[in-house]
Amino acid sequence: MNHLVPSWTRWLAVGAAAALVASSALAQTKGTPAKAAAAPPPQTVKIAYIDPMSGPFAGVGANLLKHFQFAVDAVNSQQLAGPGVKFEMASFDNKASPQETLTVLKQVIDQGIRYVAQGQGSGAALALIDAIDKHNERNPDQSILFLNYAAVDPDLTNSKCSFWHFRFDANTDMKMEALTTFIKDRPEVKNVFLINQNYSHGHQVSRVAKEQLARKRPDVKIVGDDLHPLGQVRDFSPYIAKMRAANADTIITGNWGPDLALLVRAARDAGLTANFYTYYGGVIGTPTAIGPAGENRMRMVAYWHPNIENNPGEKQYLEFKKRFGEEFYGISTYSGLTLLADAIKRTKSTDPLRVAYAMEGARFSGLNGEIEMRASDHQLLQPLWLVSWTRVGGVNRHDIEKTGFTWKTEAAFPTYVASQPTSCQMKRPARPS
Amino acid sequence: MIESTISQMLYGVSYGLLLFMLAAGLTLIFSMMGVLNFAHASFYMLGAYIAYQISAWAGFWPALVLAPLALFAIGALVERWGLRRVHKWGHVPELLFTFGLSYIIVELVQVIWGRPAVPYRVPAELDGPVDWLQRFDITFPEYRMFMMAVAIAMLVAIWLLLTRTRIGLVIQAALTHPQQVEALGHNVPRVFMLVFGGGSALAGLAGVVGGNAFVTEPAMAGTVGAIVFVVIVVGGMGSLAGAFIAALLIGLLESFGKVSDWSLAQMLSTLGMAVGPATPGYEVLTLTLAQVAPVLPYLVLVLILIVRPKGLLGTRED
Repeated sequence: MNHLVPSWTRWLAVGAAAALVASSALAQTKGTPAKAAAAPPPQTVKIAYIDPMSGPFAGVGANLLKHFQFAVDAVNSQQLAGPGVKFEMASFDNKASPQETLTVLKQVIDQGIRYVAQGQGSGAALALIDAIDKHNERNPDQSILFLNYAAVDPDLTNSKCSFWHFRFDANTDMKMEALTTFIKDRPEVKNVFLINQNYSHGHQVSRVAKEQLARKRPDVKIVGDDLHPLGQVRDFSPYIAKMRAANADTIITGNWGPDLALLVRAARDAGLTANFYTYYGGVIGTPTAIGPAGENRMRMVAYWHPNIENNPGEKQYLEFKKRFGEEFYGISTYSGLTLLADAIKRTKSTDPLRVAYAMEGARFSGLNGEIEMRASDHQLLQPLWLVSWTRVGGVNRHDIEKTGFTWKTEAAFPTYVASQPTSCQMKRPARPS
Repeated sequence: MIESTISQMLYGVSYGLLLFMLAAGLTLIFSMMGVLNFAHASFYMLGAYIAYQISAWAGFWPALVLAPLALFAIGALVERWGLRRVHKWGHVPELLFTFGLSYIIVELVQVIWGRPAVPYRVPAELDGPVDWLQRFDITFPEYRMFMMAVAIAMLVAIWLLLTRTRIGLVIQAALTHPQQVEALGHNVPRVFMLVFGGGSALAGLAGVVGGNAFVTEPAMAGTVGAIVFVVIVVGGMGSLAGAFIAALLIGLLESFGKVSDWSLAQMLSTLGMAVGPATPGYEVLTLTLAQVAPVLPYLVLVLILIVRPKGLLGTRED
């Protein structure tokens, strides 16, 4: 129904934005402009969270903001960023749209926020990386650092890589490598159907899957390669009927949020017996939609899950669940903020330029083991797991979304296996003295 | 091939019938009161959430009865204490009222049940494919069949109610001649309240059966809202039969359009014209129907408004 009355809501939004811009401009003229080099580091580091807080992906947006809040509280209570330096999240709604993201980035800049966290949607991430690059080039003393915790389009750390961008999720090249390595030894995979969202991320998943399958399993047939609009499909059953007609035994999808929840729901209702290979089966709401029907059929490639052996993140998992009553799965939020805090502590500065140099090449112990921020392309190197949906029991003890089911490790890929080469040729600003 | 076409068609018809359940209430309220109820899709969502809650306590079947009744009560209260007061200021404030209400309901739902989807499930009795269809190698969920049956039962019930009962005749009369009906001693405001409550109950019923067929989440109102407006405009504002035809049309369009690999380039090449990357407009020509499918309902809406502004079976010229 929003479609029928866009004009006033838009005008309202424009009005609100104008008011914000005006007020922050006033604030800036009143106060003295920040002198990054001379002034002592500010006590509070604000991090703008630019992600959907309304529309179909609002549930995911709100849930991942809680992940960030959780990480911020850990940083603050343990003084991970050094004594007296506090983190604070400020959330901005980009409605999952690249255009809105840029509008929101202007507000972020006007408010003098120097750190941006975004993840849901590579479309928005591509818009951000470009806009932040330009902004930083023109305003070197107002530079902004981009913490990408979930946008997995490989371009972001390859052809479009930027010094100001750091990715904490594993990208599609890495995830698909793990996934196809697993598929390589599974003879039951014969007819693969690809279904993805029609935007950069979905296109990449489809492309990389086809490339890697052709290399590793040339006998596998791609019986379907569909793209559907992002966040708009309510009923996936026509796609399921198409999968059945094509005799698909394996579905590979990079869908996330409701686009995956609805897809698996439709598959379940139609009694589709194909196996699912997903990226985001663990995202809030999806485990509920998978339910018992996904037992042993739903698989996911993930950088962490609650039942990994000697789990370094188990304490955080239980704490988060107790505090919010929701699942903790997006540990890239935690990796991102703890690495940022560590860099601030080491440099004793909150200047993004210094912090970015300090983050490059940093190795640290995260919730999924020993991880490294690769200096050449700012892609976090971390282990990956291929997991399947199974009944709670034994070592697989953490019940996901009260379904009675959980994730079980099928294959573990250590960091050196899960890493992929990069073609990034990074342009770096002058290193501060 | 024929099996997959039939199952696509069944999916299309079942989705269309769900849309009809929603559109029926909306169009009934519109024809009766002249109010375009923006909160209608929110009532649909509320129906799903209330049904989820009741089914968690007492099972699906009580929810099927109780949730629409709850929505009837909510709708009647909204009319009695909200709309009726706003009514005297004209249609625009009424529209704004329902618009605001839709936001309040979404926020309320988020406060009570949270932002993520709730585990509202299809009852075990109806979970599984239809047996007799499987003999023809067609797998179609039993629940979808049930959804269709509910929609058709509802259609028949409304039709009987409106044409064969006293209250139905009063409603129909009040539709066109409210003053005369009032002069005859009928309580027209109460009729309005009943209609609004009834329309809300229909939306609630759609929520009960649609919420577990799809996903019950706060965004569900927004996603069906726009489509339902397309249905009632295409069908003709205030026409139940029109809404029925339009809902089926949109349902089938969605179902077949979504997965069709048909494109203009394909059509031209079957006509014997060579189409390659050098052809002007190649990018547009190779767009598949599936890629433009989300726009199709709105395209139909625009075309209908241009060609036949009153809709397929609409009678109003204004």
